[in-house]
Amino acid sequence: MTQSPMTRVFASTEGRLAVIAVAVFVLMAAMAPDRFLSLQNFTSMAFQFPEFAILALAMTVTMLTGGIDLSVVGIANLSAILAATILTQATGGGAGIVLIAYVVAIFVGMAAGLFNGVLVATLGLPPILATLGSGLIFTGVAIALTGGSAVMGFPGATAWIGNATLIGVPVPLILFAALALAISLMLTRTGFGVKLRMYGANPLAARFAAINIDAMLVKVYVLSGVLAAIAGMVVMSRANSAKADYGSSYLLLAVLIAVLGGVNPYGGYGKIIGVVLAVLTMQFLSSGLNMIGVSNFARELIWGSLLIFVMIVNTWQTTARRT
Amino acid sequence: MSNLWIRNETLVALVIFAFCTLAAISDPGFLSIATLTDLLRSGIVLGIFAVAALIVLISGGIDVSFTAIAAFTMYVTAMVLNAAMPWMPWWAAILMGMAVGVCLGAINGFLIAVMGLPTLIVTLGTLSVFRGFMLTFIGQKQITTLPPGMREFGRMMILRGENADGSFYSLHAAFLATVLAIVVTWFILHRTMLGRQIFAIGGSVESARRIGINVAGVQFFVYVYVGALAGLAGIIHSSMARVANPFDLVGLELSVIAAVVLGGARLAGGYGTLTGTVLGVALIVMVRNSLIVLGIPSTWQSVAIGVLILIGTGLPAWQAKRAAARAA
Repeated sequence: MTQSPMTRVFASTEGRLAVIAVAVFVLMAAMAPDRFLSLQNFTSMAFQFPEFAILALAMTVTMLTGGIDLSVVGIANLSAILAATILTQATGGGAGIVLIAYVVAIFVGMAAGLFNGVLVATLGLPPILATLGSGLIFTGVAIALTGGSAVMGFPGATAWIGNATLIGVPVPLILFAALALAISLMLTRTGFGVKLRMYGANPLAARFAAINIDAMLVKVYVLSGVLAAIAGMVVMSRANSAKADYGSSYLLLAVLIAVLGGVNPYGGYGKIIGVVLAVLTMQFLSSGLNMIGVSNFARELIWGSLLIFVMIVNTWQTTARRT
Repeated sequence: MSNLWIRNETLVALVIFAFCTLAAISDPGFLSIATLTDLLRSGIVLGIFAVAALIVLISGGIDVSFTAIAAFTMYVTAMVLNAAMPWMPWWAAILMGMAVGVCLGAINGFLIAVMGLPTLIVTLGTLSVFRGFMLTFIGQKQITTLPPGMREFGRMMILRGENADGSFYSLHAAFLATVLAIVVTWFILHRTMLGRQIFAIGGSVESARRIGINVAGVQFFVYVYVGALAGLAGIIHSSMARVANPFDLVGLELSVIAAVVLGGARLAGGYGTLTGTVLGVALIVMVRNSLIVLGIPSTWQSVAIGVLILIGTGLPAWQAKRAAARAA
């Protein structure tokens, strides 16, 4: 059977998403051409989205196994606060202390991810509850450590990861692109990625294929924790401070982006390119609506409607194909 | 009856008992009617939410939008009554709130039962939609003068008294609404065919369909019922707070689900008890209100709730895993 190129684009979730992303871009460009299409707007968008996009990557890897990680924001803030505590002790403005702080933050992310992994894999808790509980604990520890106030006063080198540009490209964007590429390769080109997707598609089949499920799940949650810690570093750099309740709206946003990107929340299907397209769509919408003077709350309304709309189209497509 | 000891209800009851004992030792004033009425008061809205979350969990779904429904309902009801029908008595205000909740719940029900979308995604979406719609098109300012009906309801008490030290205690009449919500839900779940069908769908949708249950109809009912309960909770919340703040309530949803799961309801569906739910709510309310009595600073509150959730869900999960390993 021959299909027109258009039908083929619409047949895949990512194809439809690409069309939506372009449509949103064109719509926003049409509504505020001189401001939306300015270099300044592109630069500011490129600085804004990496922090929640990295959280969405963390959400994606856990969702591929049929799990979810509701503790990403808690991990990001806890690692940022511990890194910030080290940075405020620094007397000089050296890059060395910043590097040490980052290493500590990554280790915090790993430890937090390991904790989640043990809860999910070894103890068998449902991921949604395990990470809900652990997220409360991470946030709670962050509050208890700081008394709820912000940690400030960092050496100048801290600003680099969130605010600098390399050959004109914002550093956080490069960081996100590198992470997205690495995870995409990991999912498609490594044995670990294949096992991960196989487990998400059919846990029983994966068990009979002699995959060490517990070890695999622990690694997935550690990866998610590390990604969350990296996002925490970007947030800390951009805000030039660390606080226990930063980015609390990012949690639902990360889930939303992953699902919008075509990741099946019950596991087994999802592509990084879809997540990247979803991130871009959200950012185009956000910036464009901001320019035409729409409030944050209307943005929330539009995000929610977009999510439901995409789900309806996806479901309608699969049922149409089946019958 | 060794089974009794590993049930979540028993576990939660023991933790509550231990909490009270420790609290009573560190502060003898803890065991007073004033503390009890305080805790009951805090449990009124949370309790109604928890009953709503329970019935969804039993049906095998999850709903995170009920707090947005409640906020939407209380705000719209207060606004409409103020503008058009200030003469409406308190019970009519409640009925109107529940009607608004039913309409919003029907949107969830339509998307889930008729369109067949995943419950978590739908309600995550409608949470943003309801809240975003209210804040964009209806308003963002608090309504500080509630309509007379709601004000009257806000003053209704079923119990009043004076403590030995001269301070007052009281129990709000809305407590009866929580009791009524629990009784009605118990009746639906355990004394009607509909209730058995909700359990059956939660156990296995496919089996339920094959024995001839109208799955879409039952699911639709569940989300509409949740909407009605959320609407009720919204009106009660604003009447008791004497203000309709559109930013209230949203954010509670995960704590409520945590309380219900703590009480033994399973996320996978098909199992859950009202006793467990009430105990779960009681424990969460105690931790939120009285942790300080045990000498733990309130900054550790969320750590305590997190630990409780992990223990409450971890023990049964671990036991199930060990049992499965032994059977294999």
